[in-house]
Amino acid sequence: MRIERRLTTPRWLRVVVPAASLLTAFVLAGVIELVTGHDPIATTSRLIDRGFFASGALSATLVTATPLLLTGLAAAAAFRMLTWNIGAEGQLVVGAVGASGAGIFLHDQPPALIIPAMMAAGCLAGAAWGAIPGLLRAYFNTNEIITSLMLNYVAGLLISYLIFDSHSYWRDLTTFTARVFPQGKYLVPAASWPAIGAGTVVIPFGFLVGVVAAAGLFVLYRYTRFGYEVRVIGDSRAAGRYAGMRINRKIVAVMALSGALAGLGGASQIGDFRHVLDPRGLQQAGYGYAGIVVAALAQLNPFAVILVAFLLGGLTNAGYSLQGPDFPAGLVGTLQGLILFCALAGELLVRYRVRFRRLTVAPA
Amino acid sequence: MNLNNTLLVVIAASAIFYGTPLLFASVGELLAERSGVLNLGVEGMMLVGAVSAFWTVQHLHGPDWVVLSAAVLVAALAATATSLIHAVLAVSLRANQIVSGLALTIFAGAAGLSSYLGNIGHLGGHPALHEFKAVDVFGLGQTPILGPLVFHQNALVYASWVLVPLAMVYLYRTRPGLHVRAVGESPETADAMGVNVAAYRYVHTLIGGALAGVGGAYFSLAITPNWVDGMTSGAGWIAIALVIFAFWRPELALVGAYLFGAFSSLAFTLQTRQVHLPPEVFNSLPYLMTILVLVFVSTGWAKRRLGAPASLGVPYVREER
Repeated sequence: MRIERRLTTPRWLRVVVPAASLLTAFVLAGVIELVTGHDPIATTSRLIDRGFFASGALSATLVTATPLLLTGLAAAAAFRMLTWNIGAEGQLVVGAVGASGAGIFLHDQPPALIIPAMMAAGCLAGAAWGAIPGLLRAYFNTNEIITSLMLNYVAGLLISYLIFDSHSYWRDLTTFTARVFPQGKYLVPAASWPAIGAGTVVIPFGFLVGVVAAAGLFVLYRYTRFGYEVRVIGDSRAAGRYAGMRINRKIVAVMALSGALAGLGGASQIGDFRHVLDPRGLQQAGYGYAGIVVAALAQLNPFAVILVAFLLGGLTNAGYSLQGPDFPAGLVGTLQGLILFCALAGELLVRYRVRFRRLTVAPA
Repeated sequence: MNLNNTLLVVIAASAIFYGTPLLFASVGELLAERSGVLNLGVEGMMLVGAVSAFWTVQHLHGPDWVVLSAAVLVAALAATATSLIHAVLAVSLRANQIVSGLALTIFAGAAGLSSYLGNIGHLGGHPALHEFKAVDVFGLGQTPILGPLVFHQNALVYASWVLVPLAMVYLYRTRPGLHVRAVGESPETADAMGVNVAAYRYVHTLIGGALAGVGGAYFSLAITPNWVDGMTSGAGWIAIALVIFAFWRPELALVGAYLFGAFSSLAFTLQTRQVHLPPEVFNSLPYLMTILVLVFVSTGWAKRRLGAPASLGVPYVREER
């Protein structure tokens, strides 16, 4: 058996391999469930039913798919240049801080002003948080994987501090109960992002924003000079340098862009769903890490990210809503990890061809 | 005045106590990276180690030392099995090691397999039935200064003091150690010398897994003897940062681990001394210091590229030379 590099990749493989990866991951998860004494077929069918077919399932799935779409785009934007932004989790959190801050500040303004301001604040906060590891990578040669990841923990502690351990601008101190049981200030109704009803399905505004962002990212990376340079640097950093591209600036820009997308996800968390800065809820779901799975399975293609975010959103949402004795917590992450493993192994089939034949001529 | 209660001695003693899991994990990661395999799955492997060690002490009956040794062994084996996934993907399938390691952490981490196992085993909410306690060696535990530092630690701390010189001798003074370094620096050369590159990479990735598992067991059996999802809270990532800090040398990993042990313990130590600051300030210290220290070591010495194995993270394919 020999493994050799493919010169051309058939188009159908790019679709079949991710689909097969997803399927294999389910089979492997089934094996884990079987070994640990759970019925894999019942679990999986309930998961799929709850994610996509039960009444109200699609609306609930879109709620989870929205942050995954934006963190998936964040990961895709960064990974294309081999800039490893693992900090979408923290960037989403500070995006939520920024957006809720803007929402509270502009409470007496019309929605047409509040909502764009929240988006902008979320993007800016996420971009700033993402630019930190970018700057450290560009100008101090510091490993961005670790710094961006460390900032996730710092961001988590930051919102805990804002709500639980300080009298910050975000914390509700108006009533006695709120002073004893700390919680954030709720935003005015005008700051709620509009949801779009399509038949029985409710589409969150943030999801549409994410679709627009995906299209924007596609155009940016495919048709602009910036995108061209990002792709060249991603394929060969040396080639980029010899061509005179300013790699350091690109690193900062890409990290900030990636952070802005994740921050937009945080803004949507506030505007679409939570309407309050909620430290526990924002961190429990692990949207930032799941975004990496989304981007990898979508092979960093922004349009594929939309589809994959929807699929994984369904599974994640169903996983959390089914959580209980029959469906222990932890299965969602296990499944996400398996999907990523299978997608990686599938990459091998896309890039290489496996031949089952003996070499007749020794290579010169 | 009792010297052993002075702030400095307390901080130094707890630096060793809290630094030990980091030391195990970072020596393991260091060996894997020396062979050229970057494994970002340390956090996940540690959590698998932590949960399986905890499961063992809750279910096995017998004298403390038997149960605890078994638990550490189970933790090491479980984490080794977890690291095997990364070894297959990174070495045999030539996958991107960064993504594969991340996948390992997502798969096994705080919201993944370790949490699943903890849930189906009903491990949460119960204290450990056996735990690693400090042993008073030769009855010298009360000796001024040296007592709490050297003679009053738990068995895993002493094990780590054996591990570091062993790793040093192995890397710098033995033939297999030379081969590991060769495989990490220039697999082509090693291959031409007749060294089995894939075998070396597999073995050291698995050793890295085993040591991460022991580090995880330290969390659930020594630091906080119970099971909580994600209880290592980023220690695996700090261990990876420590490898860079240590320039891929076991002896410096020891220094780094204790430095970060001190940062991790500062919150508890200072709070008991009536220093009042928001807990988030103390708790973010290990993460912020990791960033700061990384910036410091990457700028000053990076130009000389001390330590980093030349083919770290690069799959080796014989035909594609």
